[in-house]
Amino acid sequence: MTHIVVDPVTRIEGHLRIEAEVDGGKVNDAWSSSTMFRGIEIILKGRDPRDAWAFAQRICGVCTTVHAIASIRAVEHAIGAVPPPNARLLRNLIMSAQVVQDHVVHFYHLHALDWVDITSALKADPAKTAALAESISDWPLSSAKYFSGVRDRMSGFVQRGQLGVFANAYWGHPAYRLPPEANLMAVAHYLEALDWQRRFIRIHAILGGKNPHLQSFLVGGMATPVDPDSQNALNADTIAALDKLIADGRDFVTRVYLPDVLAIASFYKDWASVGSGVGNYLVYGDYPEDDSENPELFLPSGIIRMRDISKVEPVDRAKITEQVAHSWYEYSSGDGQALHPFKGETNPHYTGPKPPYERLELAQKYSWLKSPRYDGQPMEVGPLARMLVAYVSGRPARVKELVGKVLAALGVGPAALFSTLGRVAARAIETQVMVEKMGDWVSALGENMARRDYRIQDNSRWEPENWPRDCYGAGFHEAPRGALGHWVHIRDNAIVNYQCIVPSTWNAGPRDSAGQRGPYESALVGTPVAKPDQPLEILRTVHSFDPCMACGVHVVDARRREIARVRVA
Amino acid sequence: MARYQNWLLDELKSRGVSRREFLGFCAKMAAILALPSSAAGAIAKAVATADKPVLVWLEFQDCAGNTESFLRASHPTVADLILDSISLNYHETLMAAAGQQAESALAKTVADYSGKYIALVEGAIPTGADGAYCTIAGKSALQTVREVCAGAAATIAVGTCAAFGGIPAASPNPTGAVSVGDAVPGLRNLVNMPACPMNAENITAFLVYYMTLKQLPPLDRYRRPLFAYGKVIHDNCERRAYFDAGQYVEAWGDEAHRHGACLYKMGCKGPATSQNCPVVRWNEGTNWPIGCGHPCIGCAEPNFWDRMTPFYQRLPNIPGFGVGWNLDRIGLSAAALVAAASLAHGIGEIVRHHTGKKPSDSDGPSGDEK
Repeated sequence: MTHIVVDPVTRIEGHLRIEAEVDGGKVNDAWSSSTMFRGIEIILKGRDPRDAWAFAQRICGVCTTVHAIASIRAVEHAIGAVPPPNARLLRNLIMSAQVVQDHVVHFYHLHALDWVDITSALKADPAKTAALAESISDWPLSSAKYFSGVRDRMSGFVQRGQLGVFANAYWGHPAYRLPPEANLMAVAHYLEALDWQRRFIRIHAILGGKNPHLQSFLVGGMATPVDPDSQNALNADTIAALDKLIADGRDFVTRVYLPDVLAIASFYKDWASVGSGVGNYLVYGDYPEDDSENPELFLPSGIIRMRDISKVEPVDRAKITEQVAHSWYEYSSGDGQALHPFKGETNPHYTGPKPPYERLELAQKYSWLKSPRYDGQPMEVGPLARMLVAYVSGRPARVKELVGKVLAALGVGPAALFSTLGRVAARAIETQVMVEKMGDWVSALGENMARRDYRIQDNSRWEPENWPRDCYGAGFHEAPRGALGHWVHIRDNAIVNYQCIVPSTWNAGPRDSAGQRGPYESALVGTPVAKPDQPLEILRTVHSFDPCMACGVHVVDARRREIARVRVA
Repeated sequence: MARYQNWLLDELKSRGVSRREFLGFCAKMAAILALPSSAAGAIAKAVATADKPVLVWLEFQDCAGNTESFLRASHPTVADLILDSISLNYHETLMAAAGQQAESALAKTVADYSGKYIALVEGAIPTGADGAYCTIAGKSALQTVREVCAGAAATIAVGTCAAFGGIPAASPNPTGAVSVGDAVPGLRNLVNMPACPMNAENITAFLVYYMTLKQLPPLDRYRRPLFAYGKVIHDNCERRAYFDAGQYVEAWGDEAHRHGACLYKMGCKGPATSQNCPVVRWNEGTNWPIGCGHPCIGCAEPNFWDRMTPFYQRLPNIPGFGVGWNLDRIGLSAAALVAAASLAHGIGEIVRHHTGKKPSDSDGPSGDEK
């Protein structure tokens, strides 16, 4: 029995620590710990609800749109603001651009190096690499000369002796299985994706002024004016610019990202039976297609339990709770309780070892994440959950079609989706579906311009005198990493209580009061570990969830805030 | 040094970048840095012959927004190369190594390049709970930032959290979060590059400056480089003419809003904020917040989460404000009054962090050391 600590888990957002027990070449138990806490929800209390999106947005600079969206939706729900159609379309475009860019960056820059050995790429034959690349895609950057240039560039980099971000990694590890040519192709695309992500995200600059941390959100709509007869508004020129950027994005996803995922996955099919996890999936659904109170959602909501893909259950949000049995917080009613977010309380109370420490007290409390549960069960959220629910629901039809194609290409059945590799594939499928969809929303925006519908904001609810004196609201969103909810209580025009349950809290949370592991912990059990001092395989399974730890940690508590205010004053 | 002599120009060539394009890039850098155009030649020489400087990038109470911004550096091919021309020996979000291998890369850099590496710090540093609010490899952020920055040739606090405490330090500062400058007292060669996030063009410009001139750029009293923070947004704003003419947006989506009128009445903090957003803009010069119709929120200023909120409340109407008044002289007092108007967020906090001055002091954050 070997006890492994991976801290920091790198190539993620935020601070994550994994401890695992390895026996007989496999993980037989695991603990997931988030080691950073800021308290943004405490900071939100007492503030103007119209400012909340900007504070909440800073929960994360990677998924830089998602908390702003959930926040404005929660406040709109509370005060009764109804964003006009243009605002819905602009939000759909901003959210989908986020998903597409984020998933590509995750695959190439955060996850690929778990599967791709850069040192092996240096031994590749450029002509054979070109043959491989041309066999999987008609992407034009695929000549022997091109790959020769990439290989020489990497060789030169290595020969200079300063390996920078590539130093000290697990190169040569026996779990790397790609031939040199596939490694070289992937390295070339790692570099291309680095350029691509910067270009594609200009969609956010057009619609949000800048990225990261777009600045065009408003409670009740959007701040980006729409007027085809103005130079200072979204007009025909910006429509053309969006169309071009989306076309370029679609090109890269269709001809590089999806083919690469299939090519790399074909060498790692055994990872379709590793990392299954809790087997329960939660999706709130998103991308409203109309402006009614209960709009049709492009990606449907639903629950799948125990890997049963014969049916999808509707989501009952009253069944969402959080627990703190193994989290560094206290509940006034006892740490064994499970509380709905509207009744949520979070009193940070660190009881772990004093830093610097070697080991956490794993039988006690060991994380700054709480343990969210649905109907008492741990749930996985994210692209795999969304693609499963869409697949079983039969809509959008493109999901079923692409899932079928991917499974056929790899020669595996639907059960293969419940795995580390399944998460990688689902993320690529979702990217393809969303980048294909974006053009529809640009067209709809153009149609509204043609009808001279320039409304971007529900100004009737902008001034606080038009708000209810005491109100509650909840806002939901499908962020790149999964189901996201914000809950807000507003009284006398100020925030009384604010709570988020975030994708990485669902996925990375610790055990609950019944001892049920969270999704990361559960997925790690059974993961092979060839060399305990180089736990590459643990990174594969953890990275397949795309951890975003700063998102996961949150806090709410009135009593604590009063204490803090006294101290500050 | 000789073996590095031409690698950068070779690399440019291998990436399809002509010498002419490279010199164009250097001219752009000279412009951002407000150097005379003759400096472009000196920049080209310095960049092309430099050894790769060693950097470590630490993340603490952060959101990785500055890391993401770093990845958006524009003028793609050459900027990408400038990033390649740096040896980034530690960066949790980007590095291939994890766990003990990641930590040993950091320890080795600190030992082998003592006094020579540049430390970039993203995120605030919590001082509460004995450091348990942020640990990496079991060590507190406070311990790591002190150990690493002590041996650095220069420390760059990227983003408002590292520079000024930022959002974790916003009232009531639940974790006792502080800036790098406050976490490491007496730190030499500290440069603050705030904004939420910092603009990628500014960090690239800083690195070129440092490599070219072998010194830190002139700083204002908040240790911000003048080339990026030396002017008030309002003074360079493309909508300034509307302000001077008294044409304001009155409601979201109204005709004035659609035609790009001044956002002052919607709460714009451009008159109280120093940064080069209107000039450099964002994401390859595509746009900037005011350009997309939303007010500036003052994100490059100390304690803006308390001083500049509520964001949609206009700066107070001070006599003379708007007709040729030197706004950078009154910026701070104007912002402080906004904060004072919303009592919920603590005058005490403002006073405590505002370098010992009272909020009514009338010198703006960029009004000195020009």
